[in-house]
Amino acid sequence: MAKLKGAEILVKSLCKEGVRHIFGYPGGSVLPLYDALYDEKSITFHLTRHEQGAVHAADGYARATGEVGVCMATSGPGATNLVTGIATAHMDSIPMIAITGQVKSVLIGNDAFQEADIVGITRSVTKHNYLIKDVSEVARTVKEAFHIARTGRPGPVLIDLPVDVQMLEAEFEYPRTIEMRSYNPVLKGHPGQIKKIADAVEKSQRPLIYAGGGIILSGASQELTRFARKSNLPVTTTMMGLGGFPEDDPLSLGMLGMHGTAYANHAVQEADLIIAVGARFDDRVTGRIDDFAPRSTIVHIDVDPSSVGKNVKVDIPVIGDAKSILADLTSVVNRKECPEWHEKISSWKKQLPLTYRKDDKLRPQYVVERICELTKGRDVIVSTEVGQNQMWAAQFYTYTRPRTWLSSGGLGTMGYGLPAAIGAKVGCPDAVVFDIAGDGSIQMNIQELATAVIEKLPVKIAILNNGWLGMVRQWQELFYKKRYAFVGLAEDVDKYCPDFVKLAESYGALGIRVKEKNQVDAAIEKALEVDGPVVMDFVIEREENVYPMVPAGEAIDRMIHGLA
Amino acid sequence: MSKFIIAALVENKFGVLARISGLFSARGFNISSLAVGETEDPEVSRMTIVVDADEKILEQVKKQLNKLIEVITVYDLTGGEYVDRELILVKVKAASTDIREKIVQVVDSTGAEIVDIGKKSVTVEESGDEHRIKALVELLRPYGILEIVRTGKIALQSDA
Ligand SMILES: Cc1ncc(C[n+]2csc(CCOP(=O)(O)OP(=O)(O)O)c2C)c(N)n1
Repeated sequence: MAKLKGAEILVKSLCKEGVRHIFGYPGGSVLPLYDALYDEKSITFHLTRHEQGAVHAADGYARATGEVGVCMATSGPGATNLVTGIATAHMDSIPMIAITGQVKSVLIGNDAFQEADIVGITRSVTKHNYLIKDVSEVARTVKEAFHIARTGRPGPVLIDLPVDVQMLEAEFEYPRTIEMRSYNPVLKGHPGQIKKIADAVEKSQRPLIYAGGGIILSGASQELTRFARKSNLPVTTTMMGLGGFPEDDPLSLGMLGMHGTAYANHAVQEADLIIAVGARFDDRVTGRIDDFAPRSTIVHIDVDPSSVGKNVKVDIPVIGDAKSILADLTSVVNRKECPEWHEKISSWKKQLPLTYRKDDKLRPQYVVERICELTKGRDVIVSTEVGQNQMWAAQFYTYTRPRTWLSSGGLGTMGYGLPAAIGAKVGCPDAVVFDIAGDGSIQMNIQELATAVIEKLPVKIAILNNGWLGMVRQWQELFYKKRYAFVGLAEDVDKYCPDFVKLAESYGALGIRVKEKNQVDAAIEKALEVDGPVVMDFVIEREENVYPMVPAGEAIDRMIHGLA
Repeated sequence: MSKFIIAALVENKFGVLARISGLFSARGFNISSLAVGETEDPEVSRMTIVVDADEKILEQVKKQLNKLIEVITVYDLTGGEYVDRELILVKVKAASTDIREKIVQVVDSTGAEIVDIGKKSVTVEESGDEHRIKALVELLRPYGILEIVRTGKIALQSDA
């Protein structure tokens, strides 16, 4: 058998795993890999402008397509620049392979030039990681890494490959199967437990489904929708679960949690049965944990046993894949008639709708609503940054399909949205991709505008520009007596910095400034019409807040409501 | 809080120990002792971990251990029948011949062993369960303990 270099083996192995796109950045320790990729026609390499851009793009690609995202960086600073993005993917269970070059094997541990112990650094933010020391291990390691990244509870896996191993030769044979005695995720739910859920539904009077990101990850949206419709159970989703259940369905209560809908939060507190699927009872969802769902029997369906019973006591645990368990559950469940409960929910919906002041000021919620309205019927993906922009995007856009909402939930990483949008556009070239952004977050990875322009990835960036680190300002307003310490981004009320329109233009993108409510539609329509990246700078009401809001540490029905 | 004893069979690869100790520190779990060594299968190591925990933390510890890719099996020995042993070396002050002889006598009566006699100290070795180890330490304490080293517990389930 002909021998190949380690770098070639790695690239061929990626091809075997079906990889078609890599997002990355070069350096001395990945030159052999780079060189091998130069000849590989089935993989397109996307050069970002920062390694953080590469890792978030791989993440956005994975979230939008359901495939494993792949990113690559050199040793030392290249590798450490990936860390935030790897942690972001880890917290949200996104399948990803991060490939890093490492200094020569013999130099490892010597504080060599551009050496960082990236395996040590990323141990707690990866599902697993590898340092390959032997070229004959490359193919098997790649096979294992992809298997681990995409099965069970997905997550990022890092492969660190010393530059000399990239150049050494070995025979290449890609393993067909993988046997790991220490890793065998459970997929099928226990039928006895599933029957118990059906019985619990039968007995309940106020049942509620609480669905999380696991629905999206396992591709279980259809199964969830069928289950909810057959059993007639209302559904609330976490932020990570947005799109997992159609929000225009009458059974939908939208999002729950800190900035969830009032009706979802009230329903949780009143429910006598909560069926949690692919959700992990995060503190942003549960509020004060001791007061969470006090009247409820709790069912928890999750593929990760360590999620079950971690934050709340679970009455009926079911370990396995959401898709298969929901399908099994649907076949044994009966339609639940609970008209009083549905009645109660409708009255909450009427009394406490998600809303905002509808005057003629330019308000961020309106912008999001218009984006939703003007793109109806089109294939749209929304990514977000972090802060108020993220919450408004979650609240005022109606998500009806999975993989159309890309947002950093667990880690809350500012700077995620633009590179994620780029990755999504690469994966779904026919979709319209919006990044709903804040003026603070967008500056964290603004350099990726160059990637979007040069690679002809026409993403549409809607900056909800308030001149503040808005979400922090909101907390200061509400909980720190309006002491706005170090959160102003503008020099003055009318002197915003930077000028996003000029900035967009300098990159070769189109910039549009919108200061009036009545210009919003025209700007969005223009952005949709232009075949290239567009930056819309919406100069919004400066001190608009996100409501409702559950103050940190309070029970989730203790919401502060905005002015309707 | 009480002490629980867990055994984990893990792949015998570099970095596994770091992963396990990292798991404990990252989640604020406290390891009371940890002993690692190869098993009858050279590709597998066995770790015996004694943790300070309550039931809820213990549950998480077991699940988190199981979640690590290189962990093959986790046993919770606490509830069942098992044999456990630990090895201890105790260095005791022994400035004079008199005292040295006395210590030798005392130690002889316990079944422990003197493994080193120096000019100013005597080193005693004992292995056994916690009870036995504790008894020896208490016995030697009045003479003045200079140093103690313990291996940490190792344990096997009994199939009685
Ligand atoms: C990398 C990072 N640093 C700090 C924070 C803390 N943080 C959360 S929201 C926020 C403000 C975001 O401001 P902006 O992007 O302008 O969005 P807005 O809230 O105004 O919509 C900050 C600083 C974070 N989430 N991520």
